[in-house]
Amino acid sequence: MVSMGAPYRYRRQSRSKRPLRWAAAAFGCAVLSSLAGCQAAILDPQGPVGAAEKTILYNSLAIMLAIVVPTIVAIFWFAWWFRAANTRARYLPDWAYSGRIELVTWAIPVLVILFLGGICWVGAHELDPAKPLKSAAKPLEIQAVSLDWKWLFIYPGQGIAAVNQLTVPAGVPLHFSLTSASVLNTFFVPQLGSMIYTMNGMSDQLNLQADKPGVYYGQSAQFSGDGFSGMHFEVNAVAADRFDAWVGTVRGGGPALDAASYATLAQQSANVPPFTYRSAQPGLYDMIVTQKIAPGPGPTPEVSPKTEADDAR
Amino acid sequence: MLGKLTWSAIPFDQPIPLIAGAVVALVLLGVLVLVVVKGWLPYLWNDWITSVDHKRIGVMYILLAIVMLFRGFIDAVMIRSQQALAFHAPGYLPPEHYDQIFSAHGTIMIFFAGMPLMIGLMNFAVPLQLGVRDVAFPTFNSVGFWLTATGALLVNISLVVGEFARTGWLPYPPLSELRYSPGVGVDYYLWALEISGVGTLMTGINLVATILKMRAPGMSYLRMPMFCWTALASNLLIVAAFPILTATLAMLLLDRYLGFHFFTNTGGGNMMMFMNLIWAWGHPEVYILVLPAFGVFSEVVSTFSSKPLFGYRSMVAATMAICIISFMVWLHHFFTMGAGSDVNAIFGIATMIIAVPTGVKIFNWLFTMYGGRIRFATPMLWAIGFMVTFVVGGMTGVLLAIPPADFVLHNSLFLVAHFHNVIISGVLFGGFAGLSYWFPKAFGFRLHEGWGKAAFWLSLLGFLVVFVPLYGAGLAGMTRRLQHYDVAEWRPWVLWAGVGIVIMTAAAACQVIQLVVSIRRRDELRDLSGDPWDGRSLEWATSSPPPAFNFPVLPDVEDAEAYWGIKLRAQEEAAEPDYQPIEMPRNSPTGVFCAFFATMMGFALIWHIWWLFGLGFVGGYAAFVLCAWRDADEYEIPAEEVARIDRVHRRTRRDALAVGPRP
Repeated sequence: MVSMGAPYRYRRQSRSKRPLRWAAAAFGCAVLSSLAGCQAAILDPQGPVGAAEKTILYNSLAIMLAIVVPTIVAIFWFAWWFRAANTRARYLPDWAYSGRIELVTWAIPVLVILFLGGICWVGAHELDPAKPLKSAAKPLEIQAVSLDWKWLFIYPGQGIAAVNQLTVPAGVPLHFSLTSASVLNTFFVPQLGSMIYTMNGMSDQLNLQADKPGVYYGQSAQFSGDGFSGMHFEVNAVAADRFDAWVGTVRGGGPALDAASYATLAQQSANVPPFTYRSAQPGLYDMIVTQKIAPGPGPTPEVSPKTEADDAR
Repeated sequence: MLGKLTWSAIPFDQPIPLIAGAVVALVLLGVLVLVVVKGWLPYLWNDWITSVDHKRIGVMYILLAIVMLFRGFIDAVMIRSQQALAFHAPGYLPPEHYDQIFSAHGTIMIFFAGMPLMIGLMNFAVPLQLGVRDVAFPTFNSVGFWLTATGALLVNISLVVGEFARTGWLPYPPLSELRYSPGVGVDYYLWALEISGVGTLMTGINLVATILKMRAPGMSYLRMPMFCWTALASNLLIVAAFPILTATLAMLLLDRYLGFHFFTNTGGGNMMMFMNLIWAWGHPEVYILVLPAFGVFSEVVSTFSSKPLFGYRSMVAATMAICIISFMVWLHHFFTMGAGSDVNAIFGIATMIIAVPTGVKIFNWLFTMYGGRIRFATPMLWAIGFMVTFVVGGMTGVLLAIPPADFVLHNSLFLVAHFHNVIISGVLFGGFAGLSYWFPKAFGFRLHEGWGKAAFWLSLLGFLVVFVPLYGAGLAGMTRRLQHYDVAEWRPWVLWAGVGIVIMTAAAACQVIQLVVSIRRRDELRDLSGDPWDGRSLEWATSSPPPAFNFPVLPDVEDAEAYWGIKLRAQEEAAEPDYQPIEMPRNSPTGVFCAFFATMMGFALIWHIWWLFGLGFVGGYAAFVLCAWRDADEYEIPAEEVARIDRVHRRTRRDALAVGPRP
């Protein structure tokens, strides 16, 4: 049941490998990349949200390392110096209390946490997923629906929709409304920043932006059943004028998204190749959120790989 | 007649579970034949299965934990090898099988390896450290153990009869609801945990009562060894948190069996409530696991540094602070649900506050080593390995407590690396430190040091090679529980983790060899003094292994380090005490009978075999009532017998100490 799509590559990434020659090459790459510090998506953000989150990550890490590294050194140092065989080390068989040291051992973590607590408070408010991004441009509205097991992206302003692919204009804020047709999923594009849950009967909000044109990998970050691993998509960030051109192309062909075709889409299916809808019925997203359209049907004997209960029935 | 159970429940088309099941069945059958042929059955029944001795129950808990640790480890090997193979490829495990494996791995490691390991150590050591003869409710203790074993058995039955949950180790609805998981997998999970959860709650109540009410004369709270304090905190958490788990899973059961709508998409259900409830248990749970390990490390670091624990009162305060704050942080498990920024920030800060007492503990162990004469025996190596790696795990935990950082790391392999970092270096290293520390007390001979040290170094190395790359994979955006993936950047990290699991396998082999070698060379590893490590608390005051009554006369405690004080005052050379007859609890088959019927009930409920459920229910109730009717629940060991046993121990100890210095 598993069919493989095209390999996803992060922008800025130029290495390419044949799957069949993985053995030796991959181990070589493993050593090299571990040494050189692999291109990590979280540490190579392509939008303001991801960039701010990376800064917070680095800052908090630096603050904690200032305590953690000396502690680790002290553990090794004390353990080695006070080894039983070392006759030069002083043995203090009854030494078990020192008010001064205890003051320091409580004060250090308290101070660190006071500092980090500040970062936490400010960061949580600055980077609230529901908070609109500062920008001169008007945000593009996108409605995302997680289905078993694919992503549906509706563009209410453009009246089109796409499955497992998300084309957006670069440099323009994106405002996502997100829900789920069935079970819990998480919308996550690592290089753009924050992820958020999609839940049936509820609508979450997320604000992101891609600064530059490029192709970014997106996925569900919450296990949602047997087809979960195929629930990824490409984010194509394109220049603003090319986005309009893309909208025109999409309108030119493909199926139409309405309640009937949505019902077909809501059936369980895995590793679905990307495709687009030339039109999307207005208000469809609200009908999903308010459950005017019933939640996804779940497994049927034809689709579900194997459940004993089904066999037994 | 058999409900949903048909031949199609046996996965004849899947060789892996079938072969695994066959091997397990053969091994069980072989053991059974051996036991019957050798005539060991009465010994097993009288001295172990029906025993209510806290030491034997502790050993059986640990045995269960080790068996399940192997099962969980095999799952881990399969997860790592599947991911190593599944780059642009389907690998060798299809999703419906792979999903069961990672769900079983988490469930088994937390509930049937971690919990029995810690509860086993507490069961064994706490009454000895408190200087008492048994726990408060010995029969209850046996029932608790056997119900835990029932849960483990049900999880393993699911390997060959039906399937296990494909929903992760915490079955988030609506995926775990009947609509999206119609098979019996989630039911196996739920009934296994409902039954073993009752057992765990019993143990919690038992140990809390023991510590609060049954200490040796003179042992005030602030003279208890640190392990007893952490055991108290851990069991208070069990008593407070496990009912939440049981109730939450019961609600999910009502949804699945009787059409309720607690967590369904429709009918007014709300899955967010499940996540709040399950983590209101789940976060205290990690402290239930790790606090006893902190206690073990406190004992080990102090003993092998030949010094009292630094900052004892600080440690007590830190332990109890963790116990309370652990209930106020659960929301950090779902910052990405879309709660407001005030809520996220407050729970983030509360989570960081837990790092304060934990940090204090690390510093106190550090200063316990300061001015010591440190002996690098195996338990001490585990402790130092723990301190170094746990600091890193704690740091990544605080990182994840910052909501904006969690927004990019939640559910990633960074998170997986973080919680394995704290659980392996905390709970598992703590368990192994406790095992090698108390093994001579339990069996009368030490474990082989060479193989123990090899196991430690390979575990440490393997742990680093598995989980440092997984931190990297998480930073590269790789999410957890992927059956296959196409992103080239993740591949090197995943392959390194695959190398690490090979090293971990070698470490596991060393542990097995260590046990075999130690048993074969038990005569040269014999501990005759009862005090192989120059210990400081009361368990070292009695013989190894201790007699059924633990202490011939209850010790008088005059210091925070009871046995160290006795040794300083050279009281052990004092004249023979005035031996009195001792009353001990009688063996009881209640536990094993209850577990037998509970297994029957659980299996019947999973497969909807209603007559079998009725049979199990009536049988279990009858077993309990019949036990309660018992007239004589204690027997008396006469004073002469106590004197005889103690005189033998006094003589061997005197001889052992006269021969030469302790190893």
